[in-house]
Amino acid sequence: MLTSFIKRGAVAAVALAGLTTAAFAQMELKIMAPAAPGGGWDGTARSMQQALTAAGIAKSVQVTNVTGAGGTIGLAQLIGAKGDGHQLMVNGFVMVGAILLNKSPVNLTQATPIARLTAEALVVVVPTDSPIKSAKDLAERVKADPAKVTWAGGSAGGADHILAALFTEAAGGDAKKINYIPFSGGGEALAAMLGGRVTAGISGYGEFEGQIKAGKLRVVGVSASKRLANAPDAPTLKEGGVNVELLNWRSVVAPPGLSDAQKTELSGAIDKLAKSKEWAEILKARGWDDAYLGSAEFDSFLKAETVRVEKVMKDVGLVK
Amino acid sequence: METLLSLANGFSVALEPSKLLFCLIGVFLGTAVGVLPGIGPALTVALLLPVTFKLDPAGSLIMFAGIYYGGMYGGSTTAILLNAPGESASLATALEGSKMAKAGRGGPALATAAIGSFVAGLIATIGLAFLAPWLVEIAVKFGPWDYFALMIVAFVTVSATFGDSPLRGLTSLFLGMLLGLVGIDKLTGQARLTFGVPELLNGVEVTTLAVGLFAVGEALYVASKRWREPEEIIPIKGSLWMTKQDWKRSWAPWLRGTAFGFPIGALPAGGAEVPTFLSYSTEKKLCKYPEEFGKGAIEGVAGPEAANNASAAGTLVPLLTLGLPTSATAAIMLAGFQQYGLNPGPLLFAEKPDLVWGLIASLFVANVLLVILNLPLIGLWVRLLAIPQPWLYAGILVFATMGTLAVNPSPVELGMLFGFGYLGYLMRRYDYPVAPMVVGLILGPMAEAQLRRALQISLGDPMILLENPISATLLGIAFIALVAPFVMNGLNKFKAAED
Repeated sequence: MLTSFIKRGAVAAVALAGLTTAAFAQMELKIMAPAAPGGGWDGTARSMQQALTAAGIAKSVQVTNVTGAGGTIGLAQLIGAKGDGHQLMVNGFVMVGAILLNKSPVNLTQATPIARLTAEALVVVVPTDSPIKSAKDLAERVKADPAKVTWAGGSAGGADHILAALFTEAAGGDAKKINYIPFSGGGEALAAMLGGRVTAGISGYGEFEGQIKAGKLRVVGVSASKRLANAPDAPTLKEGGVNVELLNWRSVVAPPGLSDAQKTELSGAIDKLAKSKEWAEILKARGWDDAYLGSAEFDSFLKAETVRVEKVMKDVGLVK
Repeated sequence: METLLSLANGFSVALEPSKLLFCLIGVFLGTAVGVLPGIGPALTVALLLPVTFKLDPAGSLIMFAGIYYGGMYGGSTTAILLNAPGESASLATALEGSKMAKAGRGGPALATAAIGSFVAGLIATIGLAFLAPWLVEIAVKFGPWDYFALMIVAFVTVSATFGDSPLRGLTSLFLGMLLGLVGIDKLTGQARLTFGVPELLNGVEVTTLAVGLFAVGEALYVASKRWREPEEIIPIKGSLWMTKQDWKRSWAPWLRGTAFGFPIGALPAGGAEVPTFLSYSTEKKLCKYPEEFGKGAIEGVAGPEAANNASAAGTLVPLLTLGLPTSATAAIMLAGFQQYGLNPGPLLFAEKPDLVWGLIASLFVANVLLVILNLPLIGLWVRLLAIPQPWLYAGILVFATMGTLAVNPSPVELGMLFGFGYLGYLMRRYDYPVAPMVVGLILGPMAEAQLRRALQISLGDPMILLENPISATLLGIAFIALVAPFVMNGLNKFKAAED
């Protein structure tokens, strides 16, 4: 009894010592997910919260949700929080398109880029009984008449839509004629695929994984530069002769008007997060690919991506 | 037989003391957040996800399912007592439920809701256990044209909520559909009727409109005529419990509600609202006391409430068998599965039978716990109505405001709530029914998106709506439902003329 008491005391003392050495963990962060609970951005924000506190990088992390308009309402709030060195916002590829589409008065160049964190390759699939066997087959159909190829995917102007447009252009079709059918959430799109009502479907690999493994959907190609580690049998679109690459990435940004010290503090904390074993565990559990880019690299990546998305959206006729 | 064995196995998991505890925590939390406006089951599960990361997967998934079922139970309480449907699925419940509560029959209304939910939950969970793989095969066959036809059936039945004047009902319905146009068009991504207000890009939130029209509108209306013709609220009249007559009038609506709720809930884009409307109008048609509808008929509570709980079990069918989340809560539960490295889908039943069957068995347990938890609370809830009117309605206004702000803390949202509240007051004042407007907002955008998707797939050929057997049948039903009353009327007149 007594010994166990002493042991416990010792443990407590060690834990206390651990706390004092981790004295830098005084940071109190707020992470905004500019979407409703349950989506990808919300999941990223809550996973960051979990890893940041578990790894002792931050003392407390508060997650808030600001819903609306592809995240641009949240972005407007972030831009308004000028100089707040403890506020972060999760965002990603989809927001780049949403800003253009919604004619948002604020844009991402106004925010302070902190880091790119994760990326997910998209996958183009067809029902198993479809005559289309490869990316090449699909490209031929698209080239013959883009309007007769129906695509099922997520919201208009999102990553899935952009990939369908890029695919059509790469196959030599007119992206303006693309017949893309947006469904809300991967679920309905998946049902449309399984029912064999559309030519092809696009989504994150994770959403179709179960159906692919069960043999109900066939992979035409993944949109990454090389085959995925968890799906070595699935060819890339490039292997099929369609020269397209697209990653649905997620990142964090901070408000504008930060001092250099604030910037260094935030990007330092996220750098530690990206390299922590707690984060690695979460990535593995969630099936996200590590796509970490520090603030400088992320900044130039973001600019290049914005230019690319803007061109595609103009080609498709989403933005004039 | 194999299913029975698996289910028995599942019960051995679900009845472990630790799992029972998780289930109890879940249903308790679920009931609490269901009663509180604003915080729904989706947000609760999202908040708990990181906390449960280190817990055992089966336990936390059982807790999440408990929250989901509990939220569906709790939602009816505010709808009946305060005429404030906290979620669109309890809208139909509010119609008759609140009338019953005012007439001193809040006790039986809450009881038929709770027991109806229990019966529906039980039958639907049995359906989930035995029919899931078969049902899902049919569910994925539902194309956009079929959904469109289903929406048309729902539109036709909306007339049950019109009250005395079809013209006023249609006006209200079209106002709702007009509101449904606001926001980003789902198919082209272009903004419609937003007038440059970014908060409008996401469209009008159904709960904001419902709470505004129902709760705020009613509070203003009651206040406006307090000195002229005060309306009397009777807290309790007669039995607090259901009478023999109530039971007799409730059991069939419970079963019919379940029959609507479960299959439609299992459809990937079915949702919980359509079956509640269908159930409400069916009960109105079949009721032996149609004159009571609009004044507090128990069938109008029993049916929709059973339908919305059955649809909750229905949404688990595509979630477990296909990994398709069809409601916000289901989407977060999917994230919960994934956090443990589990991928719901065709392989989950084979790979993790303990977990899946444990979860299904715990749904039965959750149902029993919920009815035990909720029935004794009824006596407490109805006492709310004994609060003096000015206090009660002031409290409703506070709750409605808090709930709306909790979901979306924005001045525009608050402005909309009170704008709709004022509109609700005017509609009551000039005798326009408010329910069709909310129905229009729910069904309008769904019908539009499905029709346009159908036409996109058919490359513009409208015949697709009649070429498919399911949509053709549903459109046929809608047509008959629409024309039959006129034909009957005509025949009666004809007969009368002959006499």
